[in-house]
Amino acid sequence: MPLDVLIVDDSAAIRKILQRVLAQTDVPINRVLEAGDGKEALELLRTEKVSLVLSDINMPNMDGLQFLTEVRANEEWKNLPVLMITTEGSQAKVMEAAQLGATGYVRKPFTAEQIKEKLASIRY
Amino acid sequence: MTETSQIDRLDDGLVSESLCRATLDVFGTMLGVDAVAGDRFKEKVPPHPSHGVVSLIGMAGSWVGTGGMSCSAELACKLSGRFLMAEYESVNDEVLDAMGELTNMVIGNFKNEIEQHVGALGLSIPTVIFGRNFVARSATENDWIAVPFDCEGETLTVKVCLSPRANRPVVRGHAPPPFMVE
Repeated sequence: MPLDVLIVDDSAAIRKILQRVLAQTDVPINRVLEAGDGKEALELLRTEKVSLVLSDINMPNMDGLQFLTEVRANEEWKNLPVLMITTEGSQAKVMEAAQLGATGYVRKPFTAEQIKEKLASIRY
Repeated sequence: MTETSQIDRLDDGLVSESLCRATLDVFGTMLGVDAVAGDRFKEKVPPHPSHGVVSLIGMAGSWVGTGGMSCSAELACKLSGRFLMAEYESVNDEVLDAMGELTNMVIGNFKNEIEQHVGALGLSIPTVIFGRNFVARSATENDWIAVPFDCEGETLTVKVCLSPRANRPVVRGHAPPPFMVE
């Protein structure tokens, strides 16, 4: 079934680049939604059908880890794949994201291949 | 609190090498640009008017400071064009956003490396400034360590000013020796 993807990043440039990468993958995409921070992303999740989230960590208003915590606390979204794509590369942050329930972690800068590989390894 | 937070000064070479690795990694991976690093230099915030695009990100933890990049408007347009596979003839919102994100990646990766020496650091959201004849002021007495890069025939400068936070808690015990100071 084609995926409805939500990209959460405060940088419009990164949202645009990830849209381009998604268009190149073998994963069938139905539509791509965008949010500039975790708060906006939560609002979209409440009203739109989403089957995959790609999220940054450092964002204004609500960061990616807080967003992930909110997502996992909701019964409806607890199995929603959430891939973190972020500059934060310390082992502590990676561990924290994993403990909060992140499906995967990609460090910026990234190649299209790295994103494609991660997406191919996720069970939707 | 980690032992690493006991370090009082960072070696300039360590800082500039980390800046170089981070910049070359980001530019090579995201832009396909082979930038060439020049010799590092130290500076106070320039007292003379600046122009072009300047992007800045704050870092905070046991150490505090700022990192950033600066370049001409023309180079910012070229780099943003490569980043977004588009063409920009003048600086607009997309160029400013792209420069902010590139700075976030460069300083973020620098931070990831330098955290091994100074402990965990948080990053602020990038601030990007574009203008002519602006003057910057900084409250810090510390020097900035800057590395110029030859990039697409122009110069882009990446710089960092990082120092121990005042009044940070002192941990007694097995603190490692301070880093070599030039």
